[in-house]
Amino acid sequence: MAFFFQNLVNALQWGSFYALIALGYSMVYGVLMLFNFAHGDIFMVGAYIGFGVASGLVALTSTGAVALPNWSILMLTIIVSMFLTAFVGMIVERIGYRPLRDAPRASAAITGLMIGIILETGNLALLGARRVRFPSLIESTTYNIGGVFVTNKKIMIVVVSLLLMFALNQFVRRTKWGMAMRAMAFDYVVVPLMGVSTNTIAALTFALGSALAAAAGILFGLAYPVLDPYMGIVFGWKAFVAAILGGRGSILGATLAGFLLGFIEIFVAMIFPSTLRDLIAYSIILLILTFKPHGFFGEPYSARLRL
Amino acid sequence: MLLSVENLRVSYDGIRALHGISFHVAEGERVCIIGANGAGKSTALRAISRLVPVEAGSKMICMGKDLLKYPADKVVSKLGISHVPEGRRLFGNLTVMENLLLATFARKDGKRIEQDLERVLSIFPRLEERKTQKAGTLSGGEQQMLAIGRAFMSARKIMLLDEPSMGLAPLLMMSVFEALKELNKEGTTILLVEQNARLALQFAQRGYVLENGDLALEGNSEELLADPDVKKAYLG
Repeated sequence: MAFFFQNLVNALQWGSFYALIALGYSMVYGVLMLFNFAHGDIFMVGAYIGFGVASGLVALTSTGAVALPNWSILMLTIIVSMFLTAFVGMIVERIGYRPLRDAPRASAAITGLMIGIILETGNLALLGARRVRFPSLIESTTYNIGGVFVTNKKIMIVVVSLLLMFALNQFVRRTKWGMAMRAMAFDYVVVPLMGVSTNTIAALTFALGSALAAAAGILFGLAYPVLDPYMGIVFGWKAFVAAILGGRGSILGATLAGFLLGFIEIFVAMIFPSTLRDLIAYSIILLILTFKPHGFFGEPYSARLRL
Repeated sequence: MLLSVENLRVSYDGIRALHGISFHVAEGERVCIIGANGAGKSTALRAISRLVPVEAGSKMICMGKDLLKYPADKVVSKLGISHVPEGRRLFGNLTVMENLLLATFARKDGKRIEQDLERVLSIFPRLEERKTQKAGTLSGGEQQMLAIGRAFMSARKIMLLDEPSMGLAPLLMMSVFEALKELNKEGTTILLVEQNARLALQFAQRGYVLENGDLALEGNSEELLADPDVKKAYLG
């Protein structure tokens, strides 16, 4: 039984990463009807920005210029990196996708892949072909709860992720910005008639998704401190699957699907040899999608309303 | 002149829908554009709202400003031109209230927004009853009321209406047009596009007849109602 709960804890942690990234995929898909295939690399950029901010703050503290306790460095790192990565996301939208708003969707998909490659190789060019180590900001403490080992990091990762997801949900449900996003997901053509600039909402959507990806990147860096420029690729694909599984534009869907993905992966690895993990895990998801092709909360595609 | 349009040309995929039409709307007026299906009526309204690109040589002046310098969202928020689109195009996934409030997105006159909201809900009490309901669940008549209410919330200087009578039972149609008359009396200038020519001409003070992308006739509503050609072609 303890073995089961041990895996459950791990599944929650991985589910948090997947869900945070899947949300960005899903929102962009919902609002703009395009897959941002560079999103996994935005996660990578977020992790690196987090690495930069955290290292800077640590260095600053060690010179004695400022006295910041480690937990506040971590919080600052998360907040500052989310803002900076949001900015990166907005640039990606502005340069990569906005000119293609009315182009065939395939053009946007290709552009996404290209942006991903640019971000990866840009990172290589900038930092060189070496892995970097995310500063260990919090001392790892392990609690033994009835035979289940839980680290303070894991608890923090899950709690921060859930808080962010809740905050996003509130934002989309309660603010006028969120209202405009939902409206745009429904019928983007008439959104300007409400006095709302679709460009602003597109940028906002990218900013929100990128900020969450940055948070995922930093939390990942805390748990698995070795970063490399290609770390976003596999995460990107998996989060993409979670976004599809959750249903177009559904926040609840992407969250649940992200966690479900974590669970399936961990529990498949618990039963089968770990080399077969992805094969079996994604076969299960393929099976789910066969019966629910629009995902958990997706609506069947209507031909997008046009003039 | 509140809004004047000169030599308006619009093409879709190389096929010209409007061949350089000119019309104008004065402050406080009720003007209609009538014509058959496909004559280019909706296109004219979409051009004013900047939802479709216009060809070079087209001129649109609103309150002395070059309308073509404004993107679609600024036509609403800066020039005060609202648009009730064909088929209503409500946000079916948002509640009635959210539809009304979203339309005030760019407005900063908080007090006035409250007054306008009260006004909309008093003209269309049905919307008050359905406030928390998703717009997609409303009946056709209620949807049209919400579409007009939403446009009024977005801007009330000029209101463009695209076939507001479509799909409405006669009684409901009458009450919708009554409401529009009220809003007009309170200062909203109305430019209406209708296939139902009789209804439109009875409502409007002036009218234009659009045929295959060209203006065929224009005049006071009484003149047009009495015109033998209009009678034969549009009033049956």
